[in-house]
Amino acid sequence: MNLVTNNKWIGQRTIRPDGMDKVTGRAQFAADTTMPGMIWGKVLRSPHPHARIRSIDTSKAEKLPGVKAVVTSKDIVDFPIDKGAVMLGIQDMRWMCRNVMARDKALFPGHPVAAVAATTEAIAAEACKLIEVDYEVLPWSIEIEDAIKPDASVLHEFNKWEGKPSNIAGRLEHKKGDIAEGFKQADVVIERTFTTRPVHQGYIEPHACLISVAPDGKTTIWSSSQGQFMVRAMTSMLTGIPQSDIRAIPAEIGGGFGGKTIVYLEPVATMLAKKSGRPVKMVMTREEVMRATGPTSGSRSTVKIGAKKDGTIVAAHGTFYLQAGAFPGSPIRGAAGCSFTPYDIPNLLSEGFDVCSNRSKVAAYRAPGAPIGAYAVECVMDEVAEALKMDPLDFRLKNAAKEGTKAAHGPTFPRIGYIETVEAAKNSPHYAAPLGKGPAGTLRGRGVASGFWFNAGGESSAQVNITEDGNVVVTTGHPDIGGSRAGIANICAELLGIDYKRVSVIIGDTQTIGFSNLTGGSRVLFASAMVVTQSAEKVIQTLRERAAKIWNIDPEAVKWDQGAAHPVSPNAGQFEPLTLKELAEKAPAMGGPIGAGVQLNTAGADGGFGTHVCDVEIDTDLGIARVIRYTAVQDVGRAIHPGYVEGQLQGGVAQGIGWALNEEYIYNKDGKVDNPGFLDYRMPVCSDLPMIDCIMVEVPNPKHPQGVKGVGEVPLVPVMAAVASAIYNALGIRFYSLPMSPPKISAALDANVKQAAE
Amino acid sequence: MADIRYLAPQSLDEAIGAFAAAGSAARILAGGTDLLVQMRSGVVKPGVIVDIKKIAEMTAIKEGADGSFVIGAAASGMALYEHPRFGKVWPGVLEGINLIGSKQVQGRASPGGNLMNGSPAGDSVPAMIAAGAIVTVQGPNGRRELKVEDVPAGPGRTNLKPGEILVSFKLPSRPSGSSDAYLRMIPRTEMDIAVVGIGVSLTIKDGVCTAARVGLGAVAPTALLVEAAGKALVGSKLDDAALEKAAEACRAACRPIDDKRGTIAYRIKTAGVLLKRTTAIAAKRATGK
Ligand SMILES: Cc1cc2nc3c(=O)[nH]c(=O)nc-3n(C[C@H](O)[C@H](O)[C@H](O)COP(=O)(O)OP(=O)(O)OC[C@H]3O[C@@H](n4cnc5c(N)ncnc54)[C@H](O)[C@@H]3O)c2cc1C
Repeated sequence: MNLVTNNKWIGQRTIRPDGMDKVTGRAQFAADTTMPGMIWGKVLRSPHPHARIRSIDTSKAEKLPGVKAVVTSKDIVDFPIDKGAVMLGIQDMRWMCRNVMARDKALFPGHPVAAVAATTEAIAAEACKLIEVDYEVLPWSIEIEDAIKPDASVLHEFNKWEGKPSNIAGRLEHKKGDIAEGFKQADVVIERTFTTRPVHQGYIEPHACLISVAPDGKTTIWSSSQGQFMVRAMTSMLTGIPQSDIRAIPAEIGGGFGGKTIVYLEPVATMLAKKSGRPVKMVMTREEVMRATGPTSGSRSTVKIGAKKDGTIVAAHGTFYLQAGAFPGSPIRGAAGCSFTPYDIPNLLSEGFDVCSNRSKVAAYRAPGAPIGAYAVECVMDEVAEALKMDPLDFRLKNAAKEGTKAAHGPTFPRIGYIETVEAAKNSPHYAAPLGKGPAGTLRGRGVASGFWFNAGGESSAQVNITEDGNVVVTTGHPDIGGSRAGIANICAELLGIDYKRVSVIIGDTQTIGFSNLTGGSRVLFASAMVVTQSAEKVIQTLRERAAKIWNIDPEAVKWDQGAAHPVSPNAGQFEPLTLKELAEKAPAMGGPIGAGVQLNTAGADGGFGTHVCDVEIDTDLGIARVIRYTAVQDVGRAIHPGYVEGQLQGGVAQGIGWALNEEYIYNKDGKVDNPGFLDYRMPVCSDLPMIDCIMVEVPNPKHPQGVKGVGEVPLVPVMAAVASAIYNALGIRFYSLPMSPPKISAALDANVKQAAE
Repeated sequence: MADIRYLAPQSLDEAIGAFAAAGSAARILAGGTDLLVQMRSGVVKPGVIVDIKKIAEMTAIKEGADGSFVIGAAASGMALYEHPRFGKVWPGVLEGINLIGSKQVQGRASPGGNLMNGSPAGDSVPAMIAAGAIVTVQGPNGRRELKVEDVPAGPGRTNLKPGEILVSFKLPSRPSGSSDAYLRMIPRTEMDIAVVGIGVSLTIKDGVCTAARVGLGAVAPTALLVEAAGKALVGSKLDDAALEKAAEACRAACRPIDDKRGTIAYRIKTAGVLLKRTTAIAAKRATGK
């Protein structure tokens, strides 16, 4: 480990490099790019939840004046279902090719069946209406309990479960010890079943792209995503254009939260551009975003935990059914793999089931699957603690995972910071403060919960160049959705010993920087700090060599300090320091440009833990729960830019509060989303939330040069359980389904009153 | 794909002429906070838009010598908020109007648009009903007056005749000891649509309620005047029994639907709860306590 001490820039709340552009409206998001001769693409979407496509007749649309191209699944490369998986990251291209354009069947309302490019958006929309699709409407199911019924209409006939066609597309299990034996030792056993609704990532910027295909096939994509390399690779695979001919330029991104780790529009727009010979722009409406892009899974989980009187957990069993939507691939890995991980449980079985149903294909959402699983596990933890008459945080401390604990999903933990988060929560001013009383007609309660997320490493590339005037330009390959530019600038300024303002950090496009994997898994600062550190170290080495050459001494006799080369000691020689600026000016004569790039498949990412404390106040007449105080504690490894880390914690909590209280996909009787907009899909607004307090615990990752751990996903994991336990604490009523919306809380309160009266 | 003609006449007569001439393809534009949203989503596709904000009478706010108010149908929420007297006399009506949207929306949204949009959940409508507002409408056949509660005909529909424009709201003068209030239930704290909305206007003399009107929104195809609720309050000291009777009248008046915004049971219950809360606020204001 090579931890920088006495930092000047690491740990500073420097001004964010993208801040000025964003607050002044100058930032270029995906829909802000235009080109001469540009035309507009629109998608025709299935009105049915499930239908065989007998035929598509596009002839009338093609004849409409202004229409320049029409695309159907015939124009998209097919990855046959029976030829085996073709994986790109976690995505199987067999599903991706069918998700961007339905082939034989439409699998959810909103599933693209054709697309048109025309001189105006209105003509393109008009032309979509002229496309005749002959559908054979099929029975459908959306909810898990319907989709797993033996007689359910099956989305993918080839998919077999226990020998028969089924919507259950996969099972995953993590096992440790023997749960049957374990539960025998338990004095208290609690088993509960929970359901959650699909919720959308809710990014403000809809999916959008502008794509130009030149006559020689050279393709340029401007779009907003969580990975320009993912955009390039998927577009290449789905259109047949080689990656070397596709330049994917990342726009500033207006939110993703996992939902922009796959493509929807780019392959379609590429084919429209190729066929029409014109640049094609596509921008989804909010309704399209809500209907056709991935909300996370709805779920049904059963969790059983057994503990001895002294509070030791002896066994636990979790079964997590998650909706995958139209194609296999729900985040069961996060649900089954993360939920029990904060605890050292000798006998454990954690199972996940992947269930297809007629709703849009699930997309990643912040710690995919983990918040769903943690909601169930942490609520049962609260009940077990109550049954044992233990403080819920003490109960967690008693069973906390620590260095040496073997997690059911595989690793034996190195030094981790879970215990520190529980202790910090226990010692927080929040946990010590009395709940207090609200106005008449209200009740207050407090809840706690913990959570874990794997975090990730993977491929990253960076280039650090010294400009001719002695400043620094750093290029990395990851869209910045959580502050990576600011973090990288802090690190570079620190290593090079120069003012932060002299470091400019940019995101390269696919043809100007080496392969860099998605912005996802809370991996970006972990991975890019590694390649940037190694690049900066190479640059420093060059700078020392240059100074040594000028002074005519050995490079080993030169040290780099405070932005300048110095002789290591007076013995090495008496020289005035050579600053970065001076060395840059002398570069042409002394060996040429100064810069270095490093590309790595980074390893050594440590998981992250958080513990949250939540206070609610409930209007008992109306059933409205409001979060009035919230503290998020997290082991953040090393906060390179504390402001951004806190922003991640607060953002995760805000999303979790929405998920807990009001957000949900509502389907009508025809299987269509009934609330495809922000009026009726109720994400929290600012005034719904208190100031969210953050306590950053720093247990540095020893395998990272700056001690970085991912921080972006953990903060969503504990939230719903913390809110649910707080509501229980206030009302004495446990809710086993989300969202805990006013009609639901009100009905439960009324039922209680009725019961008491009887 | 047809083009849209935009007209911004300076006089009401001109506006009525243009509006009537264009027939069913025409739409009046006040703040546009409903109309433009509906046009963007493709729900309405007007051929002619008649902007009425350039007509002085449509945006005027006038207090009569007797304490009555006449407000132009297109006066913005913010203009009403900034008026030195309006909010003092009609705090509940102002509350209803100012709850619409956000600061940005307030700069444009008007009570006329809120009423004419025909949403059963429009926030200013129950307060206007409670206030006993009379609207003036003008069309090719001249002017006429209607009670505000007689304007809505159902979701998205009104009882105005083709070619008629809503000109103004008249809020009557009231004796001292009068005030009003508006409350709505929304799951969030703002930027949401009422699950239930209630306006209460009342007069209190020597501790006794001498006049009361209750307007109820979002629980039936149109906002309603709940006469029985007003009657239950009149003659009482707003004691628990009277409040419960008025709450029951509100619950009985509800004809809601189960939908994504709330269940039938929840809406009915909430109507009763809000009646009590709104009455308490109006009474406090009326008695200056
Ligand atoms: C972000 C946002 C939040 C909102 N929040 C709320 C809310 O909290 N509560 C709420 O009630 N509403 C809300 N609305 C809806 C809308 O703002 C209100 O209904 C507003 O009062 C409409 O007024 P306007 O002047 O903008 O109407 P416009 O959009 O100009 O008109 C609305 C309709 O009435 C017709 N019309 C307007 N004036 C006249 C007239 N004088 N004569 C005849 N016809 C006329 C128009 O043709 C149109 O059909 C919200 C809207 C937005 C965009």
